[in-house]
Amino acid sequence: MKKIYLDHGATTALDKEVLDKMLPYFCDIFGNGSSQHFFGREALAAIDSAREDVAKALNCKSSEIYFVSGGSEADNMAIKGYALAHKDKGNHIITTKIEHPAVLETCRKLEKYGFEVTYLDVDSEGFVTKEQLEAAIKDSTILVTIMMVNNEIGTIEPIKELAKVAKAHNVAFHTDAVQAAGNIPVDVQDLGVDMLSISAHKFYGPKGVGVLYKRNGLKIQRFLDGGEQERNLRASTLNTPGIVGCAEALKKAIKNMEENNKKVAKVRDHFVERVKKEIPYIYYNGPKDHSKRIPGNSDFSFIGIEGEGILFHLDINGIAVSSGSACSSGSLDPSHVLLAIGIPMEVAHGSIRFSFGKENTIEDADYTVDVLKKTVEQLRSMSPIYEDLIKELKGNV
Amino acid sequence: MYNEEVIKEFQNLQNVGVVENYNAYGKIGNAACGDIMEMTMYINPETEIIEQVGFRTFGCAAAQATSSRATTLVKGKTVQEALALSNKAVVDSLGGLPAQKMHCSVLAEEAIKACVENYLDRKAGKITDSNEPTKMV
Repeated sequence: MKKIYLDHGATTALDKEVLDKMLPYFCDIFGNGSSQHFFGREALAAIDSAREDVAKALNCKSSEIYFVSGGSEADNMAIKGYALAHKDKGNHIITTKIEHPAVLETCRKLEKYGFEVTYLDVDSEGFVTKEQLEAAIKDSTILVTIMMVNNEIGTIEPIKELAKVAKAHNVAFHTDAVQAAGNIPVDVQDLGVDMLSISAHKFYGPKGVGVLYKRNGLKIQRFLDGGEQERNLRASTLNTPGIVGCAEALKKAIKNMEENNKKVAKVRDHFVERVKKEIPYIYYNGPKDHSKRIPGNSDFSFIGIEGEGILFHLDINGIAVSSGSACSSGSLDPSHVLLAIGIPMEVAHGSIRFSFGKENTIEDADYTVDVLKKTVEQLRSMSPIYEDLIKELKGNV
Repeated sequence: MYNEEVIKEFQNLQNVGVVENYNAYGKIGNAACGDIMEMTMYINPETEIIEQVGFRTFGCAAAQATSSRATTLVKGKTVQEALALSNKAVVDSLGGLPAQKMHCSVLAEEAIKACVENYLDRKAGKITDSNEPTKMV
């Protein structure tokens, strides 16, 4: 059976060229980067060089790069680390309602520690504005954390404008750029952010490696206690092969970004156009203007049916996607992102993210639309609410 | 997460649709929570045997598989036997469900019972409108 992977927002396959660069650091150059002997020095040289590469890719100094275990850790380290180091200055943090759980749950934890958190609303396409941020900042505000790209609906937030507002109030700004890196340019100087998180497996790098950029001079509390790795902010033996892979994957993603984006967007656009044309009563979630959305992302709600049911029908037919339904998470509430952009609860349950990558073809998109059409039709024919819902609600397509 | 039996049932759903000339109707669930099951039956008034049963479900793969399996478990059975159907019987018949999906089997049990009770209520003269469900949770 044909196997089509349309879940690049979840993870990507490790690039084989990247793997080749990583391989020597498992068995041959295995030293601990903190050891003083030549085994260790060899590993450290590779780590230093990877750090240089990542710094160059993000346009910062290598001393501002911290290697961590992934996007979630980078977010935790930035937000908790900054909040705890500056709690004498204030206890107010601003974020949005559509952040990844790595940020949302971190903020909720900080609320338990006595911090106050404002969760900004977003508009119907997931955007937050500088005016909203301006209005939310108060004397006790110490940190703003807003994602660069939303993981479900692909919205590219105006981080540069938002960071400017925070800076004008002398408030630190962190952005979760996990869905941005490798997909759109990420330049920390241009963005004007103080901290930024990325994760290697989202851009064809290895899992288990991420990067926190932290501007020099910005104080955060140590995240993992132990040895003095990563300038004494994050203990743990450095993951040499992972770090090498992360740098290599990022370099490659940036080098090929324009070419890949053109290709990926073409396939995504073709898919979106066909779905909009051929399947009635749907919502196309996220920015309609594709220049404000990452190239591989698309997200639809299919009125009258439930997402997990769609997901498994596609799965049976060899198509891998993810769903915004409650059933994917085990809770009763559907995606917090879709609810935040105003999708009605019963419609949000019927949502699927199709995230395309560089290996997907027009044929993949066509096959997916064909299967999807049949699936939606079949599930709607056995839905006890479809007919009532389409009378009540009007899809925007 | 799902075992092969559940996937098989999901791929070959039984008794999908609405029974023509049904004399029992049940609907359970809530669209906002992501699950609704509707059951219709034709119950022979003389033998009280469920001769035909149909379901329509808005819900995940487990909701569909459990409602489908519940219909096969009660088809050809008496009203009393159908009322005795437990969610556990549905789960066991499917060889188990993931913990977070157990509520689907409860809904399936409730939908069957709501449907049968609707028949009994109508028989007792408590309901006259044939489309009126007894329970809507």
